[in-house]
Amino acid sequence: METNGNHRYRKFKNAAMNFVSVGCAVLVISPLGFILFYLLRQGVQALNWDFFTKLPAPVGQSGGGMGNAIAGTLELLALASLLGVPIGVLGGIYLAEYGRDRLNDWIRFWADVLNGVPSIVWGMVAYALAVVPFKTFSAYSGGLALGFIMIPLVLRTTEEVLVLVPRSYREAALALGLPQWKMIVRIVLPTAMKGVVTGVLLAMGRVAGETAPLLFTAFGNRYWSQHLTEPIAALPLQIFAYAISPYDDWHRQAWAGALVLIFLVFLLSAGVRIFSNRQKAGATS
Amino acid sequence: MPMSLEEKSIKPAALAPAHQATPAPVTEVRIQGPGQPAERKEEVVFDISDLSIYYGANQAVRNVTLQIHARSVTAIIGPSGCGKSTFLRTLNRMHELAPGARHTGVIRLQGEDLYARGVDPTLVRRRVGMVFQKSNPFPTMTIAENVLCGLRLNGVKDKQLLRERLEQSLRMAALWDEVKDHLHRPGTSLSGGQQQRLCIARALAVRPQIILMDEPCSALDPIATAKVEELIHELKRTYTIVIVTHNMQQAARVSDRTAFFYMGNLVEYAETRTIFMNPSNPQTEAYVSGRFG
Repeated sequence: METNGNHRYRKFKNAAMNFVSVGCAVLVISPLGFILFYLLRQGVQALNWDFFTKLPAPVGQSGGGMGNAIAGTLELLALASLLGVPIGVLGGIYLAEYGRDRLNDWIRFWADVLNGVPSIVWGMVAYALAVVPFKTFSAYSGGLALGFIMIPLVLRTTEEVLVLVPRSYREAALALGLPQWKMIVRIVLPTAMKGVVTGVLLAMGRVAGETAPLLFTAFGNRYWSQHLTEPIAALPLQIFAYAISPYDDWHRQAWAGALVLIFLVFLLSAGVRIFSNRQKAGATS
Repeated sequence: MPMSLEEKSIKPAALAPAHQATPAPVTEVRIQGPGQPAERKEEVVFDISDLSIYYGANQAVRNVTLQIHARSVTAIIGPSGCGKSTFLRTLNRMHELAPGARHTGVIRLQGEDLYARGVDPTLVRRRVGMVFQKSNPFPTMTIAENVLCGLRLNGVKDKQLLRERLEQSLRMAALWDEVKDHLHRPGTSLSGGQQQRLCIARALAVRPQIILMDEPCSALDPIATAKVEELIHELKRTYTIVIVTHNMQQAARVSDRTAFFYMGNLVEYAETRTIFMNPSNPQTEAYVSGRFG
Protein backbone atom coordinates (compact mmCIF):
# COMPACT_ATOMS: atom_id res chain seq x y z
CA MET A 1 0.00 0.00 0.00
CA GLU A 2 2.72 2.38 1.01
CA THR A 3 4.96 1.47 -1.89
CA ASN A 4 1.98 2.03 -4.15
CA GLY A 5 1.49 5.55 -2.87
CA ASN A 6 5.18 6.23 -3.19
CA HIS A 7 5.08 4.97 -6.72
CA ARG A 8 2.20 7.28 -7.60
CA TYR A 9 4.03 10.22 -6.08
CA ARG A 10 7.08 9.42 -8.16
CA LYS A 11 5.00 9.23 -11.30
CA PHE A 12 3.54 12.58 -10.46
CA LYS A 13 6.99 14.10 -9.93
CA ASN A 14 8.13 12.69 -13.22
CA ALA A 15 5.12 14.09 -15.05
CA ALA A 16 5.57 17.50 -13.44
CA MET A 17 9.22 17.60 -14.37
CA ASN A 18 8.37 16.54 -17.88
CA PHE A 19 5.72 19.26 -18.17
CA VAL A 20 8.02 22.00 -16.90
CA SER A 21 10.89 21.10 -19.20
CA VAL A 22 8.66 20.76 -22.26
CA GLY A 23 7.15 24.13 -21.39
CA CYS A 24 10.58 25.74 -21.18
CA ALA A 25 11.62 24.19 -24.47
CA VAL A 26 8.51 25.58 -26.15
CA LEU A 27 9.20 28.96 -24.59
CA VAL A 28 12.68 28.93 -26.06
CA ILE A 29 11.61 27.89 -29.52
CA SER A 30 8.45 29.93 -29.91
CA PRO A 31 10.07 33.38 -30.28
CA LEU A 32 12.21 31.95 -33.05
CA GLY A 33 9.09 30.60 -34.71
CA PHE A 34 7.34 33.94 -34.40
CA ILE A 35 10.31 35.84 -35.77
CA LEU A 36 10.63 33.52 -38.74
CA PHE A 37 6.92 33.68 -39.40
CA TYR A 38 6.79 37.46 -39.18
CA LEU A 39 9.90 37.87 -41.29
CA LEU A 40 8.48 35.61 -43.95
CA ARG A 41 5.18 37.47 -43.99
CA GLN A 42 6.80 40.89 -44.14
CA GLY A 43 9.76 40.05 -46.30
CA VAL A 44 8.43 37.79 -49.00
CA GLN A 45 6.43 40.48 -50.73
CA ALA A 46 9.54 42.51 -51.49
CA LEU A 47 11.57 39.47 -52.56
CA ASN A 48 12.02 39.10 -56.28
CA TRP A 49 14.80 38.65 -58.75
CA ASP A 50 15.56 42.37 -58.77
CA PHE A 51 16.11 42.29 -55.05
CA PHE A 52 19.07 39.96 -55.48
CA THR A 53 20.55 41.63 -58.55
CA LYS A 54 19.74 45.33 -58.58
CA LEU A 55 21.17 48.34 -56.77
CA PRO A 56 18.98 50.23 -54.31
CA ALA A 57 16.60 52.57 -56.11
CA PRO A 58 16.92 56.31 -55.50
CA VAL A 59 14.51 57.91 -53.07
CA GLY A 60 11.09 58.30 -54.57
CA GLN A 61 11.44 55.49 -57.06
CA SER A 62 10.05 52.08 -56.25
CA GLY A 63 11.81 48.80 -57.02
CA GLY A 64 15.52 48.29 -56.85
CA GLY A 65 17.24 45.73 -54.67
CA MET A 66 20.07 44.86 -52.35
CA GLY A 67 22.33 43.05 -54.80
CA ASN A 68 25.34 45.10 -53.77
CA ALA A 69 24.69 44.50 -50.07
CA ILE A 70 24.35 40.74 -50.52
CA ALA A 71 27.58 40.61 -52.52
CA GLY A 72 29.20 42.92 -49.98
CA THR A 73 28.29 40.68 -47.05
CA LEU A 74 29.73 37.67 -48.87
CA GLU A 75 32.91 39.57 -49.66
CA LEU A 76 33.25 40.72 -46.07
CA LEU A 77 32.73 37.15 -44.85
CA ALA A 78 35.45 35.95 -47.19
CA LEU A 79 37.85 38.64 -46.00
CA ALA A 80 37.05 37.94 -42.36
CA SER A 81 37.62 34.20 -42.88
CA LEU A 82 40.92 34.90 -44.58
CA LEU A 83 42.07 36.51 -41.35
CA GLY A 84 40.12 34.58 -38.73
CA VAL A 85 40.40 30.99 -39.96
CA PRO A 86 44.16 30.56 -40.31
CA ILE A 87 44.97 32.42 -37.10
CA GLY A 88 42.16 30.75 -35.18
CA VAL A 89 42.95 27.24 -36.42
CA LEU A 90 46.70 27.54 -35.96
CA GLY A 91 46.22 29.05 -32.52
CA GLY A 92 43.88 26.19 -31.64
CA ILE A 93 46.51 23.73 -32.83
CA TYR A 94 49.05 25.44 -30.62
CA LEU A 95 46.79 25.22 -27.59
CA ALA A 96 45.87 21.59 -28.17
CA GLU A 97 49.18 20.18 -29.35
CA TYR A 98 52.14 22.28 -28.34
CA GLY A 99 51.36 24.75 -25.60
CA ARG A 100 52.59 24.62 -22.05
CA ASP A 101 49.99 24.55 -19.31
CA ARG A 102 50.67 27.94 -17.78
CA LEU A 103 50.79 29.82 -21.09
CA ASN A 104 47.77 27.91 -22.38
CA ASP A 105 45.69 29.02 -19.43
CA TRP A 106 46.55 32.62 -20.23
CA ILE A 107 45.77 32.27 -23.91
CA ARG A 108 42.44 30.62 -23.13
CA PHE A 109 41.60 33.30 -20.61
CA TRP A 110 42.34 36.07 -23.08
CA ALA A 111 40.47 34.33 -25.87
CA ASP A 112 37.43 34.13 -23.62
CA VAL A 113 37.79 37.79 -22.69
CA LEU A 114 38.05 38.68 -26.38
CA ASN A 115 34.93 36.61 -27.06
CA GLY A 116 33.09 38.88 -24.68
CA VAL A 117 34.35 42.17 -26.13
CA PRO A 118 31.39 44.12 -27.58
CA SER A 119 31.51 43.98 -31.34
CA ILE A 120 31.48 47.75 -31.74
CA VAL A 121 34.79 47.85 -29.91
CA TRP A 122 36.22 45.61 -32.62
CA GLY A 123 34.88 48.11 -35.11
CA MET A 124 36.81 50.85 -33.34
CA VAL A 125 39.97 48.77 -33.32
CA ALA A 126 39.67 48.15 -37.05
CA TYR A 127 38.88 51.84 -37.53
CA ALA A 128 42.05 52.82 -35.74
CA LEU A 129 44.15 50.20 -37.55
CA ALA A 130 42.83 50.33 -41.08
CA VAL A 131 40.62 53.35 -41.60
CA VAL A 132 42.59 56.17 -39.99
CA PRO A 133 45.98 55.35 -41.56
CA PHE A 134 44.56 54.97 -45.07
CA LYS A 135 42.05 57.78 -44.66
CA THR A 136 39.21 55.80 -46.20
CA PHE A 137 36.49 53.41 -45.16
CA SER A 138 37.07 50.11 -46.91
CA ALA A 139 36.04 46.50 -47.32
CA TYR A 140 39.40 45.57 -45.86
CA SER A 141 38.73 47.37 -42.62
CA GLY A 142 35.28 45.73 -42.37
CA GLY A 143 36.83 42.32 -42.99
CA LEU A 144 39.46 43.09 -40.36
CA ALA A 145 36.81 43.93 -37.77
CA LEU A 146 34.82 40.76 -38.48
CA GLY A 147 38.02 38.71 -38.64
CA PHE A 148 38.98 39.89 -35.14
CA ILE A 149 35.66 38.61 -33.88
CA MET A 150 36.17 35.25 -35.59
CA ILE A 151 39.65 34.57 -34.21
CA PRO A 152 38.79 33.69 -30.59
CA LEU A 153 35.68 31.78 -31.68
CA VAL A 154 37.57 29.62 -34.15
CA LEU A 155 40.50 29.27 -31.76
CA ARG A 156 38.43 27.85 -28.93
CA THR A 157 36.34 25.47 -31.04
CA THR A 158 39.44 24.21 -32.85
CA GLU A 159 41.18 23.53 -29.57
CA GLU A 160 38.16 21.75 -28.17
CA VAL A 161 37.75 19.40 -31.13
CA LEU A 162 41.46 18.65 -31.38
CA VAL A 163 41.62 17.68 -27.73
CA LEU A 164 38.81 15.22 -28.40
CA VAL A 165 40.95 13.25 -30.85
CA PRO A 166 42.01 10.18 -28.84
CA ARG A 167 45.61 10.04 -27.71
CA SER A 168 45.90 6.58 -29.18
CA TYR A 169 45.86 7.99 -32.74
CA ARG A 170 48.62 10.40 -31.87
CA GLU A 171 50.67 7.62 -30.33
CA ALA A 172 50.10 5.33 -33.28
CA ALA A 173 51.27 8.04 -35.65
CA LEU A 174 54.36 8.86 -33.58
CA ALA A 175 55.16 5.17 -33.22
CA LEU A 176 55.34 4.98 -37.02
CA GLY A 177 58.17 7.48 -36.86
CA LEU A 178 56.20 10.51 -38.00
CA PRO A 179 57.38 13.88 -36.79
CA GLN A 180 54.95 15.77 -34.61
CA TRP A 181 53.91 18.36 -37.20
CA LYS A 182 53.10 15.65 -39.71
CA MET A 183 51.13 13.75 -37.12
CA ILE A 184 49.09 16.92 -36.48
CA VAL A 185 48.56 17.84 -40.12
CA ARG A 186 47.91 14.39 -41.53
CA ILE A 187 46.34 12.46 -38.67
CA VAL A 188 44.91 14.73 -35.98
CA LEU A 189 43.48 17.51 -38.16
CA PRO A 190 41.73 15.18 -40.63
CA THR A 191 40.24 13.23 -37.75
CA ALA A 192 38.88 16.44 -36.23
CA MET A 193 38.10 18.12 -39.55
CA LYS A 194 34.38 17.93 -39.09
CA GLY A 195 34.58 19.81 -35.82
CA VAL A 196 37.01 22.40 -37.15
CA VAL A 197 34.79 23.14 -40.15
CA THR A 198 31.75 23.29 -37.89
CA GLY A 199 33.50 25.84 -35.71
CA VAL A 200 34.46 27.96 -38.71
CA LEU A 201 30.93 27.91 -40.14
CA LEU A 202 29.44 28.84 -36.79
CA ALA A 203 31.86 31.73 -36.45
CA MET A 204 30.93 32.89 -39.97
CA GLY A 205 27.26 32.68 -39.05
CA ARG A 206 27.96 34.73 -35.97
CA VAL A 207 29.74 37.56 -37.80
CA ALA A 208 27.45 37.53 -40.86
CA GLY A 209 24.82 39.43 -38.91
CA GLU A 210 27.14 41.86 -37.15
CA THR A 211 26.24 45.49 -37.80
CA ALA A 212 28.09 47.54 -35.24
CA PRO A 213 31.66 46.70 -36.30
CA LEU A 214 30.81 47.69 -39.87
CA LEU A 215 29.36 51.11 -39.06
CA PHE A 216 32.62 52.97 -39.36
CA THR A 217 34.73 50.41 -41.23
CA ALA A 218 32.88 48.97 -44.23
CA PHE A 219 30.60 52.00 -43.89
CA GLY A 220 28.09 50.92 -46.54
CA ASN A 221 27.84 51.88 -50.16
CA ARG A 222 24.82 52.60 -52.35
CA TYR A 223 26.63 51.28 -55.40
CA TRP A 224 28.62 48.24 -56.34
CA SER A 225 32.02 48.65 -54.81
CA GLN A 226 34.72 48.54 -57.43
CA HIS A 227 37.60 47.76 -55.15
CA LEU A 228 38.23 46.37 -51.69
CA THR A 229 39.85 49.65 -50.68
CA GLU A 230 36.48 51.39 -51.08
CA PRO A 231 33.52 51.45 -48.72
CA ILE A 232 31.35 48.41 -49.28
CA ALA A 233 27.68 47.66 -48.69
CA ALA A 234 26.62 44.96 -46.26
CA LEU A 235 23.21 43.48 -45.56
CA PRO A 236 23.01 44.44 -41.88
CA LEU A 237 24.01 48.04 -42.69
CA GLN A 238 21.51 48.25 -45.50
CA ILE A 239 18.76 46.83 -43.30
CA PHE A 240 19.60 49.38 -40.62
CA ALA A 241 19.58 52.28 -43.07
CA TYR A 242 16.29 51.22 -44.64
CA ALA A 243 14.55 50.38 -41.39
CA ILE A 244 15.05 53.87 -39.95
CA SER A 245 14.00 55.57 -43.19
CA PRO A 246 10.55 57.14 -43.56
CA TYR A 247 9.62 55.24 -46.76
CA ASP A 248 7.26 52.26 -46.81
CA ASP A 249 8.98 50.74 -49.81
CA TRP A 250 12.31 50.80 -48.00
CA HIS A 251 10.71 49.24 -44.92
CA ARG A 252 9.51 46.36 -47.05
CA GLN A 253 12.98 45.97 -48.49
CA ALA A 254 14.49 46.02 -45.02
CA TRP A 255 12.24 43.09 -44.10
CA ALA A 256 13.30 41.26 -47.21
CA GLY A 257 16.94 41.98 -46.39
CA ALA A 258 16.47 40.58 -42.91
CA LEU A 259 14.90 37.49 -44.40
CA VAL A 260 17.81 37.01 -46.76
CA LEU A 261 20.30 37.52 -43.94
CA ILE A 262 18.61 34.99 -41.70
CA PHE A 263 18.46 32.59 -44.62
CA LEU A 264 22.20 33.03 -45.14
CA VAL A 265 22.87 32.21 -41.50
CA PHE A 266 20.48 29.29 -41.79
CA LEU A 267 22.43 28.05 -44.82
CA LEU A 268 25.66 28.17 -42.81
CA SER A 269 24.07 26.18 -39.97
CA ALA A 270 22.64 23.70 -42.44
CA GLY A 271 26.12 23.39 -43.88
CA VAL A 272 27.35 22.54 -40.38
CA ARG A 273 24.70 19.83 -40.04
CA ILE A 274 25.31 18.29 -43.43
CA PHE A 275 29.04 18.32 -42.88
CA SER A 276 28.92 16.74 -39.46
CA ASN A 277 26.47 14.04 -40.55
CA ARG A 278 28.48 13.10 -43.58
CA GLN A 279 31.63 12.55 -41.59
CA LYS A 280 30.08 10.94 -38.57
CA ALA A 281 30.48 7.43 -39.94
CA GLY A 282 34.25 7.73 -40.10
CA ALA A 283 34.88 9.46 -36.81
CA THR A 284 33.51 6.90 -34.39
CA SER A 285 35.43 4.18 -32.57
CA MET B 1 41.71 -25.60 -32.58
CA PRO B 2 42.25 -22.22 -31.03
CA MET B 3 40.54 -23.38 -27.87
CA SER B 4 43.52 -25.54 -27.01
CA LEU B 5 45.50 -22.35 -26.67
CA GLU B 6 43.28 -21.29 -23.86
CA GLU B 7 44.27 -24.20 -21.68
CA LYS B 8 46.37 -23.55 -18.66
CA SER B 9 48.99 -25.99 -19.80
CA ILE B 10 52.13 -24.61 -21.34
CA LYS B 11 52.58 -25.40 -24.96
CA PRO B 12 55.82 -27.30 -25.48
CA ALA B 13 56.42 -25.45 -28.75
CA ALA B 14 56.74 -22.18 -26.97
CA LEU B 15 59.37 -23.56 -24.69
CA ALA B 16 61.24 -25.74 -27.10
CA PRO B 17 64.03 -23.55 -28.49
CA ALA B 18 67.02 -23.47 -26.24
CA HIS B 19 69.09 -20.34 -26.31
CA GLN B 20 72.70 -19.84 -25.67
CA ALA B 21 73.20 -16.57 -23.93
CA THR B 22 75.78 -14.35 -25.53
CA PRO B 23 77.85 -12.37 -23.08
CA ALA B 24 78.50 -9.21 -25.05
CA PRO B 25 76.21 -7.28 -27.37
CA VAL B 26 77.00 -7.77 -31.04
CA THR B 27 76.68 -4.47 -32.82
CA GLU B 28 76.24 -3.44 -36.42
CA VAL B 29 74.03 -6.28 -37.45
CA ARG B 30 71.43 -5.63 -40.11
CA ILE B 31 68.16 -7.43 -39.81
CA GLN B 32 67.38 -9.29 -42.99
CA GLY B 33 64.20 -9.01 -45.02
CA PRO B 34 61.13 -11.10 -44.33
CA GLY B 35 61.20 -14.82 -44.87
CA GLN B 36 64.89 -15.00 -44.16
CA PRO B 37 65.54 -17.68 -41.62
CA ALA B 38 67.40 -16.68 -38.52
CA GLU B 39 70.81 -18.15 -38.91
CA ARG B 40 73.10 -15.80 -37.06
CA LYS B 41 74.26 -16.31 -33.59
CA GLU B 42 72.04 -14.65 -31.07
CA GLU B 43 72.75 -11.00 -30.77
CA VAL B 44 71.66 -8.44 -28.24
CA VAL B 45 69.32 -5.80 -29.60
CA PHE B 46 68.55 -3.83 -26.50
CA ASP B 47 71.19 -3.56 -23.84
CA ILE B 48 69.60 -1.88 -20.85
CA SER B 49 71.57 -1.00 -17.80
CA ASP B 50 70.47 0.48 -14.53
CA LEU B 51 67.33 2.01 -16.01
CA SER B 52 65.09 3.98 -13.67
CA ILE B 53 62.01 5.72 -15.02
CA TYR B 54 60.05 8.50 -13.39
CA TYR B 55 56.80 10.35 -13.83
CA GLY B 56 57.56 13.58 -12.04
CA ALA B 57 58.46 12.55 -8.51
CA ASN B 58 56.99 9.09 -9.00
CA GLN B 59 59.43 6.33 -9.75
CA ALA B 60 57.80 3.74 -11.99
CA VAL B 61 60.78 1.53 -12.80
CA ARG B 62 63.77 0.90 -10.54
CA ASN B 63 67.30 0.12 -11.65
CA VAL B 64 66.47 -2.41 -14.32
CA THR B 65 69.29 -4.12 -16.16
CA LEU B 66 68.52 -6.62 -18.87
CA GLN B 67 69.30 -7.59 -22.44
CA ILE B 68 66.80 -8.30 -25.18
CA HIS B 69 67.85 -10.69 -27.89
CA ALA B 70 67.31 -10.52 -31.61
CA ARG B 71 64.68 -12.59 -33.39
CA SER B 72 63.10 -13.82 -30.23
CA VAL B 73 60.06 -12.96 -28.22
CA THR B 74 60.64 -11.37 -24.84
CA ALA B 75 57.58 -11.21 -22.60
CA ILE B 76 57.22 -8.76 -19.78
CA ILE B 77 54.76 -9.85 -17.13
CA GLY B 78 53.68 -8.51 -13.80
CA PRO B 79 50.64 -7.12 -12.01
CA SER B 80 49.04 -3.81 -12.99
CA GLY B 81 51.13 -0.79 -12.15
CA CYS B 82 54.38 -2.72 -11.97
CA GLY B 83 55.99 -0.48 -14.58
CA LYS B 84 55.98 -2.93 -17.47
CA SER B 85 54.23 -0.63 -19.96
CA THR B 86 56.38 2.29 -18.87
CA PHE B 87 59.47 0.18 -19.40
CA LEU B 88 58.26 -0.81 -22.87
CA ARG B 89 57.55 2.78 -23.84
CA THR B 90 61.07 3.93 -23.02
CA LEU B 91 62.36 1.47 -25.63
CA ASN B 92 61.00 3.56 -28.51
CA ARG B 93 61.08 6.90 -26.75
CA MET B 94 57.33 7.14 -26.38
CA HIS B 95 57.64 7.52 -22.63
CA GLU B 96 59.13 10.99 -22.95
CA LEU B 97 55.83 12.26 -24.42
CA ALA B 98 54.19 11.99 -21.02
CA PRO B 99 54.40 15.17 -18.98
CA GLY B 100 57.12 15.04 -16.36
CA ALA B 101 58.65 11.89 -17.80
CA ARG B 102 62.35 11.27 -17.31
CA HIS B 103 64.75 8.44 -16.78
CA THR B 104 68.24 7.58 -15.67
CA GLY B 105 70.45 4.78 -16.89
CA VAL B 106 71.40 3.73 -20.38
CA ILE B 107 69.53 1.95 -23.15
CA ARG B 108 71.59 0.83 -26.08
CA LEU B 109 69.93 -0.18 -29.31
CA GLN B 110 72.44 -2.31 -31.19
CA GLY B 111 75.22 -0.50 -29.41
CA GLU B 112 73.94 3.03 -29.91
CA ASP B 113 72.76 5.04 -26.95
CA LEU B 114 69.05 5.51 -27.59
CA TYR B 115 68.88 8.72 -25.62
CA ALA B 116 72.17 10.25 -26.69
CA ARG B 117 72.14 13.92 -27.60
CA GLY B 118 71.30 14.33 -31.26
CA VAL B 119 69.35 11.09 -31.61
CA ASP B 120 66.08 11.89 -33.34
CA PRO B 121 63.20 10.09 -31.61
CA THR B 122 61.29 9.83 -34.89
CA LEU B 123 64.15 7.81 -36.39
CA VAL B 124 64.24 5.59 -33.31
CA ARG B 125 60.52 4.95 -33.72
CA ARG B 126 60.99 3.93 -37.33
CA ARG B 127 63.34 1.21 -36.14
CA VAL B 128 61.29 0.28 -33.11
CA GLY B 129 57.62 -0.10 -34.04
CA MET B 130 54.78 -0.41 -31.62
CA VAL B 131 51.41 -2.10 -31.37
CA PHE B 132 49.03 -0.83 -28.75
CA GLN B 133 46.59 -2.36 -26.32
CA LYS B 134 43.56 -0.95 -28.06
CA SER B 135 43.55 -1.25 -31.82
CA ASN B 136 43.76 2.23 -33.28
CA PRO B 137 43.49 2.30 -37.06
CA PHE B 138 43.21 5.88 -38.28
CA PRO B 139 39.50 6.54 -38.72
CA THR B 140 39.89 8.80 -41.73
CA MET B 141 41.81 6.21 -43.72
CA THR B 142 41.00 3.07 -45.66
CA ILE B 143 42.58 -0.29 -44.92
CA ALA B 144 45.25 0.29 -47.58
CA GLU B 145 45.92 3.85 -46.47
CA ASN B 146 46.31 2.71 -42.89
CA VAL B 147 48.92 0.13 -43.81
CA LEU B 148 50.86 2.51 -46.03
CA CYS B 149 50.47 5.55 -43.83
CA GLY B 150 53.91 5.32 -42.24
CA LEU B 151 55.61 5.00 -45.61
CA ARG B 152 53.59 7.61 -47.47
CA LEU B 153 53.79 10.23 -44.78
CA ASN B 154 57.50 9.65 -44.54
CA GLY B 155 57.81 10.51 -48.19
CA VAL B 156 57.73 7.19 -50.09
CA LYS B 157 56.06 7.81 -53.46
CA ASP B 158 57.11 4.76 -55.50
CA LYS B 159 53.77 3.17 -56.43
CA GLN B 160 55.28 -0.22 -57.17
CA LEU B 161 57.01 -0.36 -53.80
CA LEU B 162 53.87 0.78 -52.00
CA ARG B 163 51.79 -1.91 -53.68
CA GLU B 164 54.30 -4.57 -52.75
CA ARG B 165 54.57 -3.40 -49.17
CA LEU B 166 50.81 -3.31 -48.83
CA GLU B 167 50.44 -6.94 -49.78
CA GLN B 168 53.55 -8.10 -47.92
CA SER B 169 52.59 -6.34 -44.73
CA LEU B 170 49.02 -7.58 -44.80
CA ARG B 171 50.22 -11.11 -45.58
CA MET B 172 52.70 -10.99 -42.72
CA ALA B 173 49.91 -9.83 -40.45
CA ALA B 174 47.80 -12.75 -41.72
CA LEU B 175 45.11 -10.35 -42.85
CA TRP B 176 45.58 -10.32 -46.62
CA ASP B 177 43.09 -13.05 -47.46
CA GLU B 178 40.41 -11.42 -45.36
CA VAL B 179 40.74 -7.89 -46.73
CA LYS B 180 42.26 -8.16 -50.20
CA ASP B 181 38.91 -7.57 -51.90
CA HIS B 182 38.02 -4.47 -49.97
CA LEU B 183 41.23 -2.62 -49.35
CA HIS B 184 39.42 0.66 -49.84
CA ARG B 185 36.94 0.27 -47.05
CA PRO B 186 37.57 2.26 -43.88
CA GLY B 187 40.00 0.62 -41.49
CA THR B 188 37.44 0.97 -38.76
CA SER B 189 34.98 -1.25 -40.67
CA LEU B 190 36.95 -4.34 -39.63
CA SER B 191 36.28 -6.46 -36.56
CA GLY B 192 38.29 -5.90 -33.39
CA GLY B 193 40.74 -8.71 -34.05
CA GLN B 194 41.16 -7.70 -37.68
CA GLN B 195 41.76 -4.10 -36.62
CA GLN B 196 44.52 -5.21 -34.31
CA ARG B 197 46.15 -7.21 -37.10
CA LEU B 198 45.73 -4.16 -39.34
CA CYS B 199 47.67 -2.17 -36.76
CA ILE B 200 50.35 -4.84 -36.76
CA ALA B 201 50.49 -4.63 -40.57
CA ARG B 202 50.76 -0.86 -40.30
CA ALA B 203 53.68 -1.21 -37.90
CA LEU B 204 55.34 -3.82 -40.14
CA ALA B 205 55.03 -1.74 -43.30
CA VAL B 206 57.77 0.68 -42.24
CA ARG B 207 60.08 -2.31 -41.71
CA PRO B 208 61.10 -1.80 -38.12
CA GLN B 209 63.69 -4.11 -36.61
CA ILE B 210 61.90 -4.44 -33.34
CA ILE B 211 58.21 -4.51 -32.55
CA LEU B 212 56.95 -3.57 -29.12
CA MET B 213 53.54 -4.90 -28.22
CA ASP B 214 51.67 -3.41 -25.32
CA GLU B 215 49.09 -6.00 -24.28
CA PRO B 216 48.06 -6.49 -27.90
CA CYS B 217 45.43 -9.10 -27.13
CA SER B 218 43.81 -7.73 -24.02
CA ALA B 219 40.81 -6.42 -25.97
CA LEU B 220 40.47 -9.48 -28.21
CA ASP B 221 38.40 -12.65 -27.96
CA PRO B 222 40.17 -16.03 -27.71
CA ILE B 223 40.03 -16.76 -31.44
CA ALA B 224 41.45 -13.39 -32.41
CA THR B 225 44.03 -13.79 -29.64
CA ALA B 226 45.09 -17.15 -31.06
CA LYS B 227 45.55 -15.57 -34.49
CA VAL B 228 47.71 -12.78 -33.12
CA GLU B 229 49.79 -15.26 -31.14
CA GLU B 230 50.29 -17.41 -34.21
CA LEU B 231 51.39 -14.26 -35.96
CA ILE B 232 53.91 -13.49 -33.24
CA HIS B 233 55.40 -16.93 -33.77
CA GLU B 234 55.78 -16.20 -37.46
CA LEU B 235 57.16 -12.72 -36.96
CA LYS B 236 59.94 -13.68 -34.62
CA ARG B 237 61.75 -15.36 -37.49
CA THR B 238 62.41 -11.87 -38.81
CA TYR B 239 61.72 -9.44 -36.01
CA THR B 240 62.62 -8.94 -32.42
CA ILE B 241 59.47 -8.75 -30.37
CA VAL B 242 58.95 -7.42 -26.89
CA ILE B 243 55.48 -8.08 -25.58
CA VAL B 244 53.88 -6.80 -22.41
CA THR B 245 51.10 -9.07 -21.29
CA HIS B 246 48.77 -9.47 -18.41
CA ASN B 247 48.11 -12.99 -19.41
CA MET B 248 50.67 -15.43 -18.07
CA GLN B 249 49.47 -18.24 -20.30
CA GLN B 250 50.09 -15.98 -23.23
CA ALA B 251 53.61 -15.20 -22.06
CA ALA B 252 54.23 -18.93 -21.70
CA ARG B 253 52.84 -19.66 -25.15
CA VAL B 254 54.58 -17.00 -27.20
CA SER B 255 57.81 -15.99 -25.54
CA ASP B 256 61.35 -17.28 -25.40
CA ARG B 257 62.36 -15.21 -22.43
CA THR B 258 60.25 -13.68 -19.73
CA ALA B 259 60.90 -10.77 -17.41
CA PHE B 260 58.83 -10.51 -14.27
CA PHE B 261 58.31 -6.97 -12.96
CA TYR B 262 56.91 -6.18 -9.58
CA MET B 263 56.53 -2.70 -8.06
CA GLY B 264 58.93 -1.26 -10.59
CA ASN B 265 61.62 -3.83 -9.93
CA LEU B 266 62.80 -6.48 -12.31
CA VAL B 267 62.35 -9.49 -10.06
CA GLU B 268 63.50 -12.16 -12.41
CA TYR B 269 64.51 -12.47 -16.03
CA ALA B 270 65.20 -15.82 -17.60
CA GLU B 271 64.11 -18.22 -20.25
CA THR B 272 60.38 -18.56 -20.22
CA ARG B 273 60.59 -22.23 -19.30
CA THR B 274 62.67 -21.41 -16.28
CA ILE B 275 60.36 -18.61 -15.16
CA PHE B 276 57.31 -20.85 -15.33
CA MET B 277 58.74 -24.21 -14.30
CA ASN B 278 61.59 -23.41 -12.03
CA PRO B 279 61.70 -19.78 -10.95
CA SER B 280 64.49 -18.89 -8.58
CA ASN B 281 62.59 -16.10 -6.84
CA PRO B 282 59.68 -16.96 -4.54
CA GLN B 283 57.79 -13.85 -5.69
CA THR B 284 57.98 -15.00 -9.28
CA GLU B 285 56.77 -18.42 -8.28
CA ALA B 286 53.87 -16.94 -6.36
CA TYR B 287 52.91 -14.77 -9.32
CA VAL B 288 53.18 -17.35 -12.07
CA SER B 289 51.32 -19.91 -10.04
CA GLY B 290 48.51 -17.41 -9.58
CA ARG B 291 48.87 -16.88 -5.84
CA PHE B 292 48.91 -13.11 -6.20
CA GLY B 293 48.64 -10.36 -8.78
